[in-house]
Amino acid sequence: MERVLLDEKAVERSINRITHEILEKNQGSTHLSLIGIRTRGIFLAKRIRDKIKEIENRELPLGVLDITMYRDDIAKLKAPLEVKKTEIPFNVNNMTIVLIDDVLYTGRTTRAAIDAIMDLGRPNKIQLAVLVDRGRRELPIQPDYTGVFYTAATEEEVSVRLREMDGKDEVLLSKSP
Amino acid sequence: MNWTHKDLLGIRELSREEILYLLDTADSFRDISRRAIKKVPTLRGKTVVTFFYEPSTRTRISFEIAAKRLSADTINISASSSSTVKGETLKDTARNLEAMRPDVIIMRHSMPGAPFMLSRILDSSVINAGDGSHEHPTQALLDLFTMKERKETLDGLRIAIVGDIVHSRVARSNIFALRKFDTEVTCCAPPTMIPPGLEALGVKVTHSLEEAVANKDVIMMLRIQKERGGASTIPSIREYASFYCLNESHLRRAKRDVIVMHPGPMNRGVEISDQVADGPYSVILNQVENGVAVRMAVLYLLSGGEV
Amino acid sequence: MILIKKGRLLDPMTDRDEVLDVLISGDSIAKIDKNIPGTDADQVINASGLIVAPGLIDVHTHLREPGYEWKETIKTGTMAAARGGFTTVVCMANTDPVNDNKSVTEYIMKKARTEGVVRVLPCGAITKGLKGEDLSEMGEMQQAGAVAVSDDGRSVRNSRLFLTALEYARLFRLAVICHCEDETLSGGVVHEGFASLLTGLDAVPSIAEEIMVQRDIAIARYAGSPVHITHVSTAGSVEIIRGEKERYTKVTCDTCPHYFTLSDEATLTYDTNAKVNPPLRSRADVAAIKEGLRDGTIDIIATDHAPHDAVSKDVEFDLASSGISGLETAFALSLALVHEGVLDLKGLLTKMTANPARLLSLPHGALAAGKPADLIVFSEDAEWTVDKNTFYSKGRNTPFQGLKLRGKNLVTIMGGKIVYSGP
Repeated sequence: MERVLLDEKAVERSINRITHEILEKNQGSTHLSLIGIRTRGIFLAKRIRDKIKEIENRELPLGVLDITMYRDDIAKLKAPLEVKKTEIPFNVNNMTIVLIDDVLYTGRTTRAAIDAIMDLGRPNKIQLAVLVDRGRRELPIQPDYTGVFYTAATEEEVSVRLREMDGKDEVLLSKSP
Repeated sequence: MNWTHKDLLGIRELSREEILYLLDTADSFRDISRRAIKKVPTLRGKTVVTFFYEPSTRTRISFEIAAKRLSADTINISASSSSTVKGETLKDTARNLEAMRPDVIIMRHSMPGAPFMLSRILDSSVINAGDGSHEHPTQALLDLFTMKERKETLDGLRIAIVGDIVHSRVARSNIFALRKFDTEVTCCAPPTMIPPGLEALGVKVTHSLEEAVANKDVIMMLRIQKERGGASTIPSIREYASFYCLNESHLRRAKRDVIVMHPGPMNRGVEISDQVADGPYSVILNQVENGVAVRMAVLYLLSGGEV
Repeated sequence: MILIKKGRLLDPMTDRDEVLDVLISGDSIAKIDKNIPGTDADQVINASGLIVAPGLIDVHTHLREPGYEWKETIKTGTMAAARGGFTTVVCMANTDPVNDNKSVTEYIMKKARTEGVVRVLPCGAITKGLKGEDLSEMGEMQQAGAVAVSDDGRSVRNSRLFLTALEYARLFRLAVICHCEDETLSGGVVHEGFASLLTGLDAVPSIAEEIMVQRDIAIARYAGSPVHITHVSTAGSVEIIRGEKERYTKVTCDTCPHYFTLSDEATLTYDTNAKVNPPLRSRADVAAIKEGLRDGTIDIIATDHAPHDAVSKDVEFDLASSGISGLETAFALSLALVHEGVLDLKGLLTKMTANPARLLSLPHGALAAGKPADLIVFSEDAEWTVDKNTFYSKGRNTPFQGLKLRGKNLVTIMGGKIVYSGP
């Protein structure tokens, strides 16, 4: 049984708002960049970048981060996960980085992403933007920018669909089988 | 795809898809070696033991660096320093090792089948770093990685493998691997260095170096395996070199963007001339760099997850 | 007195194949007839549906005693032989000390008398210490009980010495059993073929055997002496022997079950149980061996029983000892030839009873009144699975572990005594 948490328009509005909030919070910041966490975080990051280009005519540097190598649960997985490329074509030193992911849950992915970025250098600041914060954190990590906040039960599944990958934009809730 | 192998004993057992998956994974790991902090925490807390019955510097160091870059702990054992000297059998040495619970054992041995034997008795993952004349799978993987990197795809390639084929595990592994792709492989050596019936593996055989290199995308040169009896199959190194040493004039017969490979260590002037070894077509040093990335990928896939 | 009732008596030597009863008294066969009354018998064996045949004779076994008793002893080896249906075994000379003089021969004979369960006939060495340099004292060994000589394990490399050996052995009517291997060609551990291409193991070409087969027969022909080639394994060897037999009749040869059951593919997994000398050959060779058995080129099936302790086999393939512990599986593996139609039952038994007896001029090998009571009762169809953990032999080195076989020896009687009786 599925329930729509955010429909197409709602997703669009959330991304718009997040974009404006990023610009507002980092007013005047010359060293601002975006890093999308694989996989759907990348599409969100690209959209945010494109919107910023529209609004301020600035092209922010964009990076793509695969956190598989930094996961804390590698030993417990049944089979090794596929490792994909990380491509960060800019220097992270002294940079304000906005990490972008689709869902924030336990916080472990964010922790891994932070460690991955730290191994590349010393950024000035790291901020976190997520489309959905579904609560039930296991680490002390909070987003700076949130699309929607919804405390999902553990057995509930929060699925983000984006048109680049899934054909349409929506956020769905369903009970896991 | 799902990686299901506990060990890497040979490349013959891998499918084409598995090889490509490994190479893709290696691609992601290569970047680690090129940045300031050459480490990821992926295999933190894992123990990797290199167990080398046969001497080797470059392969052992390559594995050690790969393991360390994944944050694993490494321990090196060589036969002379182990209790083999005291008459302990391989099986007992392995059992004793296992009691210390290593996650991965990387073994090099002078006898074919030794890593296979180890994998049957141990729970740890076993990587074959070369067993006699049988296989050297990570070498073939890094060779394929190097070819793919320069040539975009492995299908359609024409490769020449030249040298002491009968004693060469590098040749065998490369032949097994390349034949899983749409390639044309030509082996070249004097008849005494070609095992009878080699064509049954799907390769061409020629005894002329000029013919072998004609129109090739890749030329792989191999060393005479003196330690496996290679020297007794030819009257002298000098004569061998006069007929089978790759030099610049040979390269003119190959394709214009040919790449020259060698697993190392090289015997300059024997199988490869100085000019070619150091020339623009040589990718020998790339092979070494890629070796670390490929071995990181192998270590990750074998020990990442409770396989 | 033992009475065996209603078995199908199959004896190639006396050319009998019918359902008959056999009465054994003391150490000989007292009577063979239809419906012998069982009143005097202490034991009656119901053999209906089973076959009664002469006890099998193995012309090539390694009993390892003296010197390697941890691998096998005369006691355990003969128990294994009895279980396998063999009432006579010829044991090779590569013991420690080598059986190249009458003292060792006497030792073996004595041990066999006191501890052996079946008949043991020693095969002495051709050369002292198996070194291939000087002849051993064949005459004295023959007097002590040896029936043959062989340097098995190696060939006699020196052709002049081999010629002399053949001439000398003839004097004492000793069969000369030849292990054919050119050691300058055979520095390997598996057969040179497609399997060795895949495994990278050092390989032995077929010609290593064939050259010596050719040589040994040529020298024997020149000397006018009989020669017996043992453990023939290649198509080329079969062809050579076939050709030679047309012009020289005193050539005989044997092969072993592993050469007509397994090919070199058994070595692809580096299973040391498949390491044997001569090595397992290609499928084409296996087919040629079967053809050689079928057309009579190969006269005898022997076991080359070579028991080894676990440690010798539980090592890297290159370091493992060669050999298969074969006494307990040989007969069933050979019966497969009958099931496949390569041989008929009488033909098979000829190769395992009558022909070996003839080679060694033995009084056994036939079932007739007055003859020694060496016989077996077996089932042609009983199915069983090879389990090396139940072997009587100390040697558990078999590549046939877990194999389902059809045909089983059930009772072995040697010299009128039941020396094996199994389920």
